[in-house]
Amino acid sequence: MAKELTSSSYIQHHLTNLTCGKVDEGWTCDPHRVEEMGFWAFHVDSLGWSVFLGIVFIVLFRLGIPKLTTEAPSGLQNFVEMVVEFVNENVRSIFTSATNPLIGPIALTIMVWVFLMNLMDLVPVDYLPELAKGVGLEYFKVVPTTDPNITLGMALAVFILTIFYSIKVKGLKGFIGELTLHPFGKYMIPVNIVLEGVNFIAKPISLGLRLFGNLYAGEMVFILIALMMFFSSFAFGIMGGLMQWGWAIFHILIITLQAFIFMVLTVVYLAMAHETEDH
Amino acid sequence: MEFNILAAGIMIGLGAVGAAIGVGVLGGKYLEGAARQPELIPLLRTQLFIVMGLVDAIPMIGVGLGLYLMFAT
Repeated sequence: MAKELTSSSYIQHHLTNLTCGKVDEGWTCDPHRVEEMGFWAFHVDSLGWSVFLGIVFIVLFRLGIPKLTTEAPSGLQNFVEMVVEFVNENVRSIFTSATNPLIGPIALTIMVWVFLMNLMDLVPVDYLPELAKGVGLEYFKVVPTTDPNITLGMALAVFILTIFYSIKVKGLKGFIGELTLHPFGKYMIPVNIVLEGVNFIAKPISLGLRLFGNLYAGEMVFILIALMMFFSSFAFGIMGGLMQWGWAIFHILIITLQAFIFMVLTVVYLAMAHETEDH
Repeated sequence: MEFNILAAGIMIGLGAVGAAIGVGVLGGKYLEGAARQPELIPLLRTQLFIVMGLVDAIPMIGVGLGLYLMFAT
């Protein structure tokens, strides 16, 4: 960058995605022209990292599937079995209203995928962007879950699944009835629609924004501590290094907890979609 | 633009107050439940962490946005 490196420009640089899109002359990857790109602006870094981590998840868990041997299972297989059992136990305790063989795989995928995406937050904030700068990409944001497009996209997928299973289990009539007749009975339908509608819409939004907010705040703190190391004296640099470690250790709790919560809430919402009894 | 710092202070401070009350009540109830029925501790611990994550999210978001207001603008 030719610009002067100030704390504000450093933070802005770290919070800008590598955005590609179509402008009048053709395709370009310049985030400063995102206004011209309009709707078709892709955050290539978030998309690439999330797809890559999804593939990592699939390959890792495929390798962990036991081969037919008589020996005791080894490291990776133990780990995969532990994760699958943990998810299975949680899904069984939450999802009791019906049987649906898809819920377990959905929960496992969501938890491990979100965890891997969150895990990118523990890579020191400047390593990968500097590497990307080496191959000519000026902006590069590594953690996909600090991009609201990714988290809200996942929440939207969960929302669509919720609607799909509601209609499938209760029928269209039952689904609409649940939205319109619920708190006050059939003579207060407008009030019911407003109350239930807010409830209905708030679920995916809070699901996505909670994950985004946590990871964004965590990333922000990492960037600010890194700033302390860059722009201050040597003693501050040492202290900043220690603070990075401290925050990273605390952050291990947050990333695991947020991945777990995303999974639990997904299963809870899907379980609510399967409940058929009248209130 | 020094009001930024004041705003960030209010955001972080009030968020911390709310979360502290929430986590305090939550932990107290957890200990009460654990003392009454120690065999339920594993179950309660899982639920405790779920609710703690829900409560913890909001002040953490406040801290992130507050620090952004303080340093980046």
